[in-house]
Amino acid sequence: MKCHCQSKAVIELQHAALCKSHFIRYFEEKVFKTINKHRLIDRDEKLCIATSGGKDSLTVLYLTKKYLKKYKMDNELVALAVDEGIEGYRAKTLEDLKKFCEEQEVKLNIVSFEKGLGKSLDEAYPIINKGTSKKPCNVCGVWRRYLLNKYARDLGATKVVTGHNLDDEAQAIVMNMFKANTKLAGRLGPISGVQEHKLFTQRVKPLYFCNEKEVRLYTLLKGWQVEFTECPYAHSGYRHEIQSMLNDFEEKYSGTKQGIVNSFLALLPLLKEEKGEIGKCKECGEAANKGVCNACKMKEMVNNAV
Amino acid sequence: MEITIKKERERTTEKVQFNGSRVDEFLKELAINKEAVLVVRNSEVLTSDEELQDKDVIEILSVVSGG
Repeated sequence: MKCHCQSKAVIELQHAALCKSHFIRYFEEKVFKTINKHRLIDRDEKLCIATSGGKDSLTVLYLTKKYLKKYKMDNELVALAVDEGIEGYRAKTLEDLKKFCEEQEVKLNIVSFEKGLGKSLDEAYPIINKGTSKKPCNVCGVWRRYLLNKYARDLGATKVVTGHNLDDEAQAIVMNMFKANTKLAGRLGPISGVQEHKLFTQRVKPLYFCNEKEVRLYTLLKGWQVEFTECPYAHSGYRHEIQSMLNDFEEKYSGTKQGIVNSFLALLPLLKEEKGEIGKCKECGEAANKGVCNACKMKEMVNNAV
Repeated sequence: MEITIKKERERTTEKVQFNGSRVDEFLKELAINKEAVLVVRNSEVLTSDEELQDKDVIEILSVVSGG
């Protein structure tokens, strides 16, 4: 298969095949267009890149920096990683991340579940699961978002930039639809959240229209060391099944994931109309729908069991 | 023909017999979804129409997030 320039193609897209240099240009332009079209980054903002050391976070960190340089913007930029405390998993990706941040001259801050919430995921999950039958991914998701929001704000950031890609978004849309979570669905989109609030640091997703294959290919062609490490809990999650299902559909009907996201974006303004009241958590003072926030509820379950 | 496959996700290397010729046929035979992987030979990424040769060493890289 050949690119339009007659060089050997490295990827087949829905309507074309691209060689290495044309793919890199296409991919970077797509990310920059997403930032511009959805106004993800303004000049006066301090940006916090949510990082893990995986392909998505390395790519979003590198391209956010490149975007700022291209448009001669001097926004402050820091990286924040959350160490969940999962044995044999996170330590390796954090090592790769430290190296990458040093090369990119971006200051990396690491916060852990243990330090921020009292227990690692490995310790907390079995206790919370006993009382609620929650899966590890449910606990991890709530605590990760909690710490990212809190520490990004403490670092003075006005936006959190995340590496969520098209696959992540299509999966989340389908998961919310299957479970009739229209309230949660309204928080998705290139900019997370249904409303601005002083306790929320808005999350933005420059890789929103890039699928996983494109992101992995980009990191490979850039020559970055991204070793595949899999969270030992990944297979227990609902998301994993949705991921397999969508990949099966995509293989048979090319453009499925893009179609899901495009349809969702057309409906998103309606979903964002449903604004709940945001209060303060009685325990920690962070944002909460009512009374005590979910992160504190889980923390309390763990503390009560000790 | 004989193909050596190195699977990144499973961290395994194995030799398999393959009677077809193209990358997409090869993936189908191994029941690997082409949306979930990149196929690499001698540090070059292969598209699905590419022909495999006897004694090729193929890396199957996972594109899905591990978290």
